[in-house]
Amino acid sequence: MYDIESLYEARSVDDACRALADDPQAIVVAGGTDVLVKCREGKLAGAHLVSVHNLTEELCGVRLEQDGTVWIGPITWFHGVTTSPVAQRAVQTLCDACDTPGGPQLRVSGTIGGNVCNAATSADTASTLLAYGALLDVRSVRGTRTIPIGEWYTGPGSCVRERDEVLVGIRIPRASYEGWTGHYFKYGKRRALEIATMGCCCLVRLSADKARVDDIRLAFGVAAPTPIRARGAEDGVRGLTVADAAEKIGLLAQRDTNPRDSWRASREFRLQLIKEMSRRSLLEAARRGGADI
Amino acid sequence: MEKYREVGRQVKRVDARDKVTGRAMFTDDLCPKPCLVAKILHSTIGNGRVISMDVTQAKVVPGVVGVFTCFDVPKTTFPVAGHPWYAASAAAKRDVADRRLLDDRVRIYGDNIAAVVAEDEVAANRALRKIKVEYEEYPVTYDPREAMRGTNPPVQEGKPDNVVGHTLAVTPEDRLRAMGYSSVEDAVRDPRYHHFAFHAFTGEQSQAHIEVCVSYCYEENGKLTCVSSTQIPHICRRIIGQALGIPWGSVRVIKPYIGGGFGTKQDIHFEPLNAWLCHQVGGRCVKLELSREECFWDTSGRQPKDFEAEASVGDDMRLHARSIKAWSNTGGYIHHGHALVLNSVNTFRWLYHTQEDAIRCEAWTVHTNGPHTGAMRAYGVPEGIWCAECLMGDIAHDMGWDGVEFRMRNAIVPGYVDEFSPSNTISYRTDGLRACVERGKRLIGWDEKRREYAHQEGPIRRGVGVALLVYKTAVAPFALETSNCQITLNQDGTFQLQMGATEIGQGADTVFCQMAAEAIGVRTEDIHIVSTQDTDVAPYDPGAYASRQTFVSGAACKDAGQKMRERILELAARLYPDAQGGLDLRDHAVWDAAGNRLVDLPELALEAYYNLHRTDQISTRGQATVHQNALVTGCTFCDVTVDVPLAQVTVNKIVSVQDNGRLMNPKLVEQQMHGGMAQSIGFALSEELLVDPKTGRVRNATLLDYKVPTAMDVPELIAENVETQDPMGPYGNKAVGETPIISPAPAIRDAILNATGVKFYEMPMTPQRLFEGFKREGLI
Repeated sequence: MYDIESLYEARSVDDACRALADDPQAIVVAGGTDVLVKCREGKLAGAHLVSVHNLTEELCGVRLEQDGTVWIGPITWFHGVTTSPVAQRAVQTLCDACDTPGGPQLRVSGTIGGNVCNAATSADTASTLLAYGALLDVRSVRGTRTIPIGEWYTGPGSCVRERDEVLVGIRIPRASYEGWTGHYFKYGKRRALEIATMGCCCLVRLSADKARVDDIRLAFGVAAPTPIRARGAEDGVRGLTVADAAEKIGLLAQRDTNPRDSWRASREFRLQLIKEMSRRSLLEAARRGGADI
Repeated sequence: MEKYREVGRQVKRVDARDKVTGRAMFTDDLCPKPCLVAKILHSTIGNGRVISMDVTQAKVVPGVVGVFTCFDVPKTTFPVAGHPWYAASAAAKRDVADRRLLDDRVRIYGDNIAAVVAEDEVAANRALRKIKVEYEEYPVTYDPREAMRGTNPPVQEGKPDNVVGHTLAVTPEDRLRAMGYSSVEDAVRDPRYHHFAFHAFTGEQSQAHIEVCVSYCYEENGKLTCVSSTQIPHICRRIIGQALGIPWGSVRVIKPYIGGGFGTKQDIHFEPLNAWLCHQVGGRCVKLELSREECFWDTSGRQPKDFEAEASVGDDMRLHARSIKAWSNTGGYIHHGHALVLNSVNTFRWLYHTQEDAIRCEAWTVHTNGPHTGAMRAYGVPEGIWCAECLMGDIAHDMGWDGVEFRMRNAIVPGYVDEFSPSNTISYRTDGLRACVERGKRLIGWDEKRREYAHQEGPIRRGVGVALLVYKTAVAPFALETSNCQITLNQDGTFQLQMGATEIGQGADTVFCQMAAEAIGVRTEDIHIVSTQDTDVAPYDPGAYASRQTFVSGAACKDAGQKMRERILELAARLYPDAQGGLDLRDHAVWDAAGNRLVDLPELALEAYYNLHRTDQISTRGQATVHQNALVTGCTFCDVTVDVPLAQVTVNKIVSVQDNGRLMNPKLVEQQMHGGMAQSIGFALSEELLVDPKTGRVRNATLLDYKVPTAMDVPELIAENVETQDPMGPYGNKAVGETPIISPAPAIRDAILNATGVKFYEMPMTPQRLFEGFKREGLI
């Protein structure tokens, strides 16, 4: 039994925005896999919920825009992203990442937009969306604004989205994915029903002969209070052969990151994971791009 | 080996259909709704005292029926463990009474200090958040050896050193002197032998049973009824009576199907509080259901233990002497007390004490401000065998010996009798161990893999490992073993079987049906078992623990069945005085010695019920008191891959082969073994309740952070048996419920050692511990 004071099921995004504006205590709920857990724990006991769960026409699905942008509706289930033919053709690594949270049940109730708005550093889609340079569209009664994902996160579990703003679209521009291949590496203490001890996404664009790393984006979850890009490591290996890049990337990534020491894993262990996972992710991303290594 | 007709059949579980279709009723399904619900307020300190509590605001929350604090409950203390309650003649063996319904003396983080009864859960939780508590705080101690130096105040009054129990079993001095030693320490360090020593630790595993602890109580006709998900209904009745200070006969406990217990429901955690709250609200139905989180820290997990172990061994592979010291952390309350760690050090001894010159087993159980702990599957044995096998693995590895050969040179042999146990009842009478090990070696491909995995380098390595096990069935001779059973002949010639023993998911109902059918001489399908225990009508049995039921309750079942058979044949003899020779019951009919079919069983049953001259509706009572024991042995072999830079272990293949005596139902044995093996993989690699030593708070009280292995973490589980006919079991059986959880974990440890050369002594071997070990040894 959940302690929910009120639940308003919005009929449209505009209706949701209005409901959020009218009730200063109201918060958005979509799949509920974060919000309901917090209600149960007591953190959000007595919550006033505005549900966007049923707004499938406006907020669900994956499609290719005319300019090649991949548009992902925020209330698309993880499983919906994983199995979308559009997503599979354009942003395969995001499909892979969406196949890792929790178990099968969670992946057909939790949404990708919820994963973004919950803003946990351990969110499985966070490092991949960061690597793909996603653009996030949010709307409120004040209007719509677009926030590049690099400016989204402000701290553990917090982001720039205001309470009364609804995430209405996740966009990945064509230039961010075309010619890129990648790998999402989730490290957990078991193989399912797991929160990442470390998450690493590496995207690469190889040279025509598939021997060199022309460009690279390396992003992490749980390596800092928010999902982060390891830009020093990217700069340090750009232009190198795949083998040299793999050799160097681990130590460089360690310098870019600042994991915490906690009872779940020590800082030293997480740094080891950062080193090893960067290397393996780069190699796998390059293999997928056609590198023979 | 004796031939049986029903025992040993692969009968389908009698509860299978209802359980897979969702028709089986569990406690919460049966609870009449709407009912009142109770919720508990837990302390937010780990050691101290409640000075005062302000419940004014809580009482006015809409829907709240009553708020009760530690200052409102009786001062009575009561014991909670599922043990017999002896008469005054054996009062010294009684459990210690150290719990109150709610207590102002806070001994653990989250101790129970108040309760709310409300119309629904939301109202109850809202009221809990409005209770204001003022504490006096004391420092928290979580390390048992630190606690033994004394705390002020002690965790429990009257125990200034916090020691609950201390035992020592040691080779007598005269025998040591005859060998020229002054002590076992002296023997273990004899320079003519190779010396091995280490410190070890085993963590607090949690049962993580699917159905949480739940009960509901109501009053009716001057009696209090408690329906509870418990392993021990008769003991539950007694403890409710003790806690509330009411006659035990005025309490009725009903135990329906339960969704797992693994030992935590061998404690009576909250039924007394539930009963008391029910009485406070005028006997209305009140349900008390723990949250998943509460199950982790407010019930009883496996006691965490520290060990120091030593051994000396000769060049001839013969163990010369061993010593083990164990410190067990029982937390703030005694629950099962010292019996658990006693099992650890005893089984450490039994497994390899066949030809040693000297042995020393010392154990302490200590109070700390950690969560209270108690029975969990195999009750201390996995921890003791872990230590025994760490030693054997280290020795074989360092000496370059074959791990199987070295173990078998020293392993328990038939005829072994434990010299330190009372009445020589711990005795290894029938031996399947050698055959188990041979089969296990073959199934894993031991010799080939040892060769293949030698001299590996690089980041990803394979390893193969072995561990043995020994386990004693039931609780005799240390405690009473007794059971009752009732069988009634139905009008149609089938039978009602009412056990006092409980089905807790292990398949007990099914094997009791088989045993009763065997004894009577009918088919298992002719037996209708009453799965529920209602203490108003069910015959006495202490319940499901110690893998005792098939062994002890099975003896009562056999007794009742044999009596039923005799009574049926007596009735037939009376009705058919002309029958020739002795009578036999088979194929649903009574036959005479000449092969004449005298009467079909349904017809005879009608005579029993409705004969105009003399009726005899047959009902028989079986009773068993068992003073003997049977030792189970077996082994696990496993193959692992170790990814060193990622500190990750993958179990590729795991094989357990056990001598459980005769198998009552091979499919159910396999099911028990699969469950135990998976749970042991969890114990080896991931399952551990983590306690913040500064506050005593459990950090990972969720199924997300407490890592039970998933289907994706567990490989194919290969479970096999070598059958022996044990002279003590009712049908040659020993035990199986707990034995499968013992040997897999140390076998995984041995395989990691084989793969990497790194010795781990702390269990579970989590990625963090593996990382630290590989780093320490220079592999990372």
